[in-house]
Amino acid sequence: MKAKQYLTSLAFVLAAGLSFPAAAQDTIKIGELNSYKSQPAFLDPYKKGMELALEEVNAKGINGKKIELIIRDDGGNPGEAVRVAEELVTREGVAMIAGTFLSHIGLAVTNFAGQKKVFFLAAEPLTDKITWESGNKYTYRLRATTYMQTAMLMPAAIAAKKKRWALVYPNFEYGQSAAENFKAMLKKVQPDVEFVTEQAPPLGKVDAGAVAQAVDDAKPEASFDVLCRPDLAKFVREGNTRGVFKDRTVVSLLSGEPEYLDPLGAEAPVGWIVTGYPWDKIKTPEHDAFLSAYQKKFNDYPRLGSIVGYSTVKSIAAGLAKTKGLDADSLVEAFKDLKVDSPFGPFMYRASDHQATMGAYVGKIALEKGKGTMDDIKYVDGASVLPGDAEVAKLRPASAN
Amino acid sequence: MTLDAFLFQALNGLSTASGLFFIAAGLSLIFGVTRIVNIAHGSLYMLGTYIAYTLATKIGGAFGFWGGIVLTALFVGVIGAAIEMLLLRRIYRAPELFQLLATFALVLIFNDMTLWLWGPEDLLGPRAPGLAGAVEIFGRRLPSYDLFLIFVAPAVLILLHFALAKSRFGRLVRAATQDREMVGALGVNQAVLFTSVFALGSLLAGLGGALQVAREPANLAMDLAVIGDAFVVVVVGGMGSITGAYLAAIIIAEVKALCIAIGVVDLGFIKFNASKFTLVAEFIVMAIVLIVRPYGLLGKPQGNVRSVAEPEAPIRPAAPLLKAFAAVVLALLLALPVVAQSSPYVMVLATDILIAVIFATSLHFIMGPGGMHSFGHAAYFGLGAYGAALLLKSAGFPMLAALLAAPAVALLGALLFGWFAVGLSGVYLAMLTLAFAQIVWAAVFQWETFTGGSNGVIGVWPTAPFNKAWVYYLLALALAVISVLLLRRFLFAPFGYAMRAGRDSALRAEAIGIDVKRIHWLGFAIAGGICGIAGGLFAFAKGSISPEAIAVGRSIDGLVMVLLGGIQTLVGPMVGASVFAMLQDTIMRQTEYWRGLLGCVILFLVLAFPQGIAGAFSMLWSRFDGKRGGRA
Repeated sequence: MKAKQYLTSLAFVLAAGLSFPAAAQDTIKIGELNSYKSQPAFLDPYKKGMELALEEVNAKGINGKKIELIIRDDGGNPGEAVRVAEELVTREGVAMIAGTFLSHIGLAVTNFAGQKKVFFLAAEPLTDKITWESGNKYTYRLRATTYMQTAMLMPAAIAAKKKRWALVYPNFEYGQSAAENFKAMLKKVQPDVEFVTEQAPPLGKVDAGAVAQAVDDAKPEASFDVLCRPDLAKFVREGNTRGVFKDRTVVSLLSGEPEYLDPLGAEAPVGWIVTGYPWDKIKTPEHDAFLSAYQKKFNDYPRLGSIVGYSTVKSIAAGLAKTKGLDADSLVEAFKDLKVDSPFGPFMYRASDHQATMGAYVGKIALEKGKGTMDDIKYVDGASVLPGDAEVAKLRPASAN
Repeated sequence: MTLDAFLFQALNGLSTASGLFFIAAGLSLIFGVTRIVNIAHGSLYMLGTYIAYTLATKIGGAFGFWGGIVLTALFVGVIGAAIEMLLLRRIYRAPELFQLLATFALVLIFNDMTLWLWGPEDLLGPRAPGLAGAVEIFGRRLPSYDLFLIFVAPAVLILLHFALAKSRFGRLVRAATQDREMVGALGVNQAVLFTSVFALGSLLAGLGGALQVAREPANLAMDLAVIGDAFVVVVVGGMGSITGAYLAAIIIAEVKALCIAIGVVDLGFIKFNASKFTLVAEFIVMAIVLIVRPYGLLGKPQGNVRSVAEPEAPIRPAAPLLKAFAAVVLALLLALPVVAQSSPYVMVLATDILIAVIFATSLHFIMGPGGMHSFGHAAYFGLGAYGAALLLKSAGFPMLAALLAAPAVALLGALLFGWFAVGLSGVYLAMLTLAFAQIVWAAVFQWETFTGGSNGVIGVWPTAPFNKAWVYYLLALALAVISVLLLRRFLFAPFGYAMRAGRDSALRAEAIGIDVKRIHWLGFAIAGGICGIAGGLFAFAKGSISPEAIAVGRSIDGLVMVLLGGIQTLVGPMVGASVFAMLQDTIMRQTEYWRGLLGCVILFLVLAFPQGIAGAFSMLWSRFDGKRGGRA
């Protein structure tokens, strides 16, 4: 009788496997997987961005065809993500996969794409490894990497002319590599720089009071902070109360993105030099058009995730319009030097390392009407901070080029 | 680093300890009396922060904040009472630990409910009215709210202590912690006692969460972030000891504050960052405490729980009919690649299910017949997976050799950890296994040059002919069948009977000359080794392995699979693993709120099959068989 239960289960597997829906001929299926459940604050706006772009793309059509997005949760861990990717490819028969958020999940799917020869567009993950060390022929990446974002902040960090720096970063690939990059870049220009303390709290579990205090006790003149949410909010509140940021230059990755800045409300740390997305300050025709369409559709303002989601679908559409066929190799060819129009202006996918040149905004955090925003903003083109083709060729495995 | 700086960091540690204390105290009370491992305790804490946030911002002002905190605590207490009355009360008679499954379902449901009610964004509450600033101590600024927290925890501790020492309710709670059957036999209304203890524990969790509203944003990751810490504090302090919980909270918070204060250390020959040890500090403290003091700092040996559930029937070899079924199932599984040619995904899913089956069966081996509830089975999965992956990538082993080495690596780990673990019993053993699993996890996470850190090892793909999904599936099937038969063979050998004798009555087993500790140690090691096979298979199936795959979540998944299938039968873990893996696969595609849905399904299964799925079927069968006059 127990075995019968097992048999029923088995029948379940078979039934589940055999019942795949037939695809309509005039649509191109694209698989999208992301950590919707574990990172809702980032990925909810991302999904909205995708929806908006999908609507625009399908209104016009791509050579008479429409895109059908099949969106899946990747369970927030690499093992599950690989299974979901496999499901999208083998059961749903998608032409390519896109998405992922955290670095290690992005890397696992990158590796899967290389092994199974599936075209993969990594949307959100920041780790340099996706396009460099662990890069492969079948993987492209949209968002500006840890290296690029750090490089964008370098001019301000150098201009501050501070000798004693403190570093605060999550004990996680993203934080570690940001800190490594920062140290190396600053040392090159300013050989006498001293890193007085390094705090690497566990991701999502920062003991904010103690960490803020330890930074203060090291008496730095400036600090480089790469905390993720919600660690950032805890840290900023403790730091403000304890006067840790007073008279100190703070340079911080991503903290100018609404996803990070908005939860801080009126406690936004004024004067921090950050990369981010000041949606209310950008006055370009491309962004205006995007902003009004987004606000009209969702009655909400866009976050950086919205930009990434929107640009992901726009990239896919551009790639599909250019490609000769829907097989992975043709898609890889199509994405080489592919030009895409985004709310941040035009960018392209580099043929050399498969990295998009979409940039980010750099500025200072300011407080307006009790809410955090950015001041002195400047768009930094990704192409201007990326190493040249010859240099990245050395960073990538030979098989990836 | 000056002395002032250290003393000041000690103050920071004290305020963090207060937060830990509230959640741990509630958990400790609940466990002491009801013996429920309440995983949903962290969810109640999270709800506390969210509700307090809403009250503080919607009502506003001093009343909204301070009054809101009190109201929140009361409200969460009511939620706790409701959980006990509506859900847990129905399954007290189920086998031990089964209630864990119900609280696991609650974690999933509460998390999605919170997402639905409050949305995905982090919500940073207002500063505490009247305590928004900081006070100067040792030339440094300590937030006055932290100072308030430093005092409020001891105040609550003293209050609780007197309530427990002097009141009738307190005496009942203490009596029930020691011997709850006796309390019941003396005519005390157990239902009311259990409900009120659960409500009180929940109230404390709610209070702890609400007090955090001025310190950290309410967010959806709080529930799981805090529950691990809470268990550690409870166990280090000693189950059921409130004072012990406070002491443990202080020790752990201070150790962490110290690590942070030390920062980067340069010893000349080696340079390391002490702040990174905060990741694992509490688990190292727990492991040391449990090895030195098996019942925690202030705990006493647990009172013997005379099982509330029906006594467990000894397991018997399967009836011929069942064996025939098993053969049919095996034949079908062998034929699966042919049947599934048109949908290759079936092979992928089936391989995952087989891995889950090996994992769950090996856990069941020590949990069921061994009576050792391992909360850290992921450690051996991880050792197997990382062992295989690193031997392939770093030592240049061929794929099959690496895969075969996986159980050996896991076996070594299990021999080491098991030696310490079998010295304990009950929940202390469970927690020590958890501590070891966390230490393995942290080592893997931290040791970047060797294990790849948070990214893990990638590029672990099987070589031909196993690079085809169906060939790999057959390999997994072969290993699963071997594993299951091997474990079964052990169970029906004298070794297995000795292990069960040790579980059912350690004293009597010792008296007839069984070396219980040694038998249990070997049993633990065997289970670990078999689990390593699952780990190795997993690494090659996914092409990569990262720390997340071996975190607490996997250990809990294992428990869920075993309990879902039914702990008292040998088929149970296989059924449980298959059902759980398939549920996850199907439900994840169905709805945005898949976690909540999964929670509801598990809750339904819990209420419908309190013996587990396979357990329920075997009960039905024996009843039917009994009527017919056949043998069970």
